[in-house]
Amino acid sequence: MAQYTLNINNQDHEVDVAEGTSLLWVLREHLGLTGTKYGCGIAQCGSCTIHLDGAPVRACVLQVDHVANGQKMKTIEGLSESGNHPLQQAWIETQAPQCGYCQSGQLMQAAALLEQNPSPSRGEIKSYMNGILCRCGTYMRIIEAIELASETTTQNA
Amino acid sequence: MKNTGTTPMANVSRRNFLKSSGGVALFIGAGGLLPNLISCNDSKSLQANLKKHDLTAWVRLSEDGELIIYNPAAEMGQGSMTSLPLVFAEEMDADWNKVKVEFSPQETDIYGSPGFQPGTKLMFTVGSRTTNSYYSVMRRAGAQARYVLMYSAAQHWQVPLEKLSTGPHEVIHEASGQRIAFGELAPYLTMPESLPDFETDGLKDPKDFRLIGTEIPRTEIPAKVDGSALFAIDLRLPDMVYGVLERGKLHGAKPTLINEADILALEGVLKVVPYDYAIGVVATTLEAALSAKKALNITWSDAPPKGFNSQEIYTTYEQLASASKQGKTVNAIGDIQAAQRQAAKTYTADFKNDYVYHAQMEPLNAVIQVAKDGQHADIWVGSQQGFDTKLGIPDLLGIPPEAVTVHLQYLGGGFGRRSMSDFVLECGVLAQAMAPKPVKLVWTREDDVTYGTFRPLTLQRLQASVDAQGKLTGFSHCVVGDGGHLVASGARNDHYNIPNQWVEWQEASHGVRLKHWRAVGHGPNKFAIEAMLDDVAVGQGTDPIELRRQLMADSPRALATLEKVAEISDWSTPSPEGRAKGVAFVEHGSLGTGVCEISVDRTTGQINVHRWWIALDAGVVVQPDNVKAQMEGGILMGMSSVLKEQITLVDGAVQQSNYHDYQLLRMQDVPDSIETVILPSVEHPEGVGETATPMVAGAIANAFLKLTGKHLRHLPFTPERVLEVLNS
Repeated sequence: MAQYTLNINNQDHEVDVAEGTSLLWVLREHLGLTGTKYGCGIAQCGSCTIHLDGAPVRACVLQVDHVANGQKMKTIEGLSESGNHPLQQAWIETQAPQCGYCQSGQLMQAAALLEQNPSPSRGEIKSYMNGILCRCGTYMRIIEAIELASETTTQNA
Repeated sequence: MKNTGTTPMANVSRRNFLKSSGGVALFIGAGGLLPNLISCNDSKSLQANLKKHDLTAWVRLSEDGELIIYNPAAEMGQGSMTSLPLVFAEEMDADWNKVKVEFSPQETDIYGSPGFQPGTKLMFTVGSRTTNSYYSVMRRAGAQARYVLMYSAAQHWQVPLEKLSTGPHEVIHEASGQRIAFGELAPYLTMPESLPDFETDGLKDPKDFRLIGTEIPRTEIPAKVDGSALFAIDLRLPDMVYGVLERGKLHGAKPTLINEADILALEGVLKVVPYDYAIGVVATTLEAALSAKKALNITWSDAPPKGFNSQEIYTTYEQLASASKQGKTVNAIGDIQAAQRQAAKTYTADFKNDYVYHAQMEPLNAVIQVAKDGQHADIWVGSQQGFDTKLGIPDLLGIPPEAVTVHLQYLGGGFGRRSMSDFVLECGVLAQAMAPKPVKLVWTREDDVTYGTFRPLTLQRLQASVDAQGKLTGFSHCVVGDGGHLVASGARNDHYNIPNQWVEWQEASHGVRLKHWRAVGHGPNKFAIEAMLDDVAVGQGTDPIELRRQLMADSPRALATLEKVAEISDWSTPSPEGRAKGVAFVEHGSLGTGVCEISVDRTTGQINVHRWWIALDAGVVVQPDNVKAQMEGGILMGMSSVLKEQITLVDGAVQQSNYHDYQLLRMQDVPDSIETVILPSVEHPEGVGETATPMVAGAIANAFLKLTGKHLRHLPFTPERVLEVLNS
């Protein structure tokens, strides 16, 4: 067991876990940040997508040791103050989720996309979002929601 | 449930709930529908009645007017958390803005809807039956709640009930101009001696609906965009420990653990629990449990699937389809043999489909806590429920059903996989061993795939007989495969007027775990039927829509979906060069016809699906936008299975293990658009969750036939198979 300090959603968290523990288990089971989901454990489904120093990463394949050196992490719980990020609003507007399980990962990947590229083309959206699986088949509405959020934010900018 | 830390209602006994409730509960119905209303104000009569009757508690009214309506169905993305309470609120004349929704307790006698047998009740979110089976239940219960409010207002104002009406969330006495809001009535609630059952009259005329059929956002979506929606896998309870199981590569293989002492010595490991077909490990953390799972040294016995090779079995299936011994009759209309004898032209083809896996995004899991004395248990689970809503735990623990409380959570996908409780029972065994500590059992994705339960592999032999006048007079369909209804559903043609029809099932058995998978047999069977019809159309020189138009002449609702989709897809206008359209019809409760437009990359074998059009008749539609979402999701899941998904078994062992080798549809694969038109109807609602998925294979194969002149007859249509067909 070892002590680690993790900076998540602008807050430091102390955890005492075995070396090499997956960041996903630390987030979910030790810190209770359960919005980040377990889907595959091998970075194939993207349900566990969070931001590490602003870049989208799969928490399941990151070990706690590698993210405890002052890196800043953001999870779905920290995406906005009160669930009102333009993407979250667009997700509600388009009624995008069905079962909802993959949606945290979808939203975090989409947020990273818009931060890099505020007006992505449909092709760019599909390409950037391709790593996040949805079994219910909500892709059409996710695309629509990203386009809507992109329009809203660029108009307001 | 939203992760707010509040206690779900199911956690509290009904009596305690009544004591603790700040507002007034309207308890409606003995045996589910018959009236037996009790107010919280009258605790003696309430308790007496609670003892006497199976009471139904559908709604709680607070003095500020807030209503909590209970949803009796699982929520797995199909929208029950909104649609069922909305139907109730419609008849109650509630203001939807004042409604909150919670899951009902899992008590079938109270919250069941009519089951598969007359006179039975069921809480089972399967077969697209939720809105269909609960529509009348919720309407009548809502109407009874409205009646109580009107009765109470009549008593309060001393006016005849017949002179009262309701507006949104208020009772009105037109003559005096008096109005009272529902919430303000709470202190004056009086229970009538008896209640109308609203079985035949007294319900709203559908033209007066304010809520049903309008665009109402789904209640649980805000919690699904901020990470707060709670799935069972998210539960964390004080003192909770973690369980995992290692199962054999062959379904049913028996384990012998070689290194138990080593495992028990690992950090965090609390217990090793043997099963007939697995070794369980319980540890203080999930990571410790998973490390121990990897360290298990187990020898496995043989099991029934040993020696089974899925891709070689088709040869055997072809022999079974040719067998002189008749299979089990699924459907028989007219005289198929006469039609075949008299045919001027006969069309025959075999269709095949490989196994597919559910791939619900939330791996199977449950949290169970057994009391120290073993006499009570609490289950937190995402379940499609079942004939036993306590999911087998009472029998496992030898305690009565009422000693087990199920706290239903959102399902991270169901698709049929969560309509069986193998994972719940596994968790129950661990929880019993660890009592009173709660145990969270988690299947890894690898467990979920390799020990999956699959939609069966089948071979189907179809023969169409056309007479000298060019009329389709005979249609025979032999389904070969394992699993009874799992392979036979959807093989009938109730909306095609073909005078002589024959459907049989030739049984095979391989010891492979099988399960309902969205739309069940409809996926493979509608593929075979719809592709066969286009063979006939091409052979007879008839347009595929025109052929179906003739066959649907006696089925006006089905025909209307065909005509509408022909219109919106601009069927009669040829597609641009390199593209073609294909059509397929499906009945799965609701009736739908779909058209897709595809192109094919002839160097890679990749099929690109560009557009979809669907026309649907689902009877009364409660939430139109949600129905469209179900069509979109159904089409995309269909495309995933038709173009990509394949489970193979070699020597009885599943060859795939995770999403790297079990590929699902990704965002780059989606069409440009999926357009759905819902046909207006006042008929009883029909299910929509499984109508779109079975359209996909037939429509794509038919478009491919038009584009290339070649037949795709083996699912999935992987690029390799497409190339093989193109080069044949």
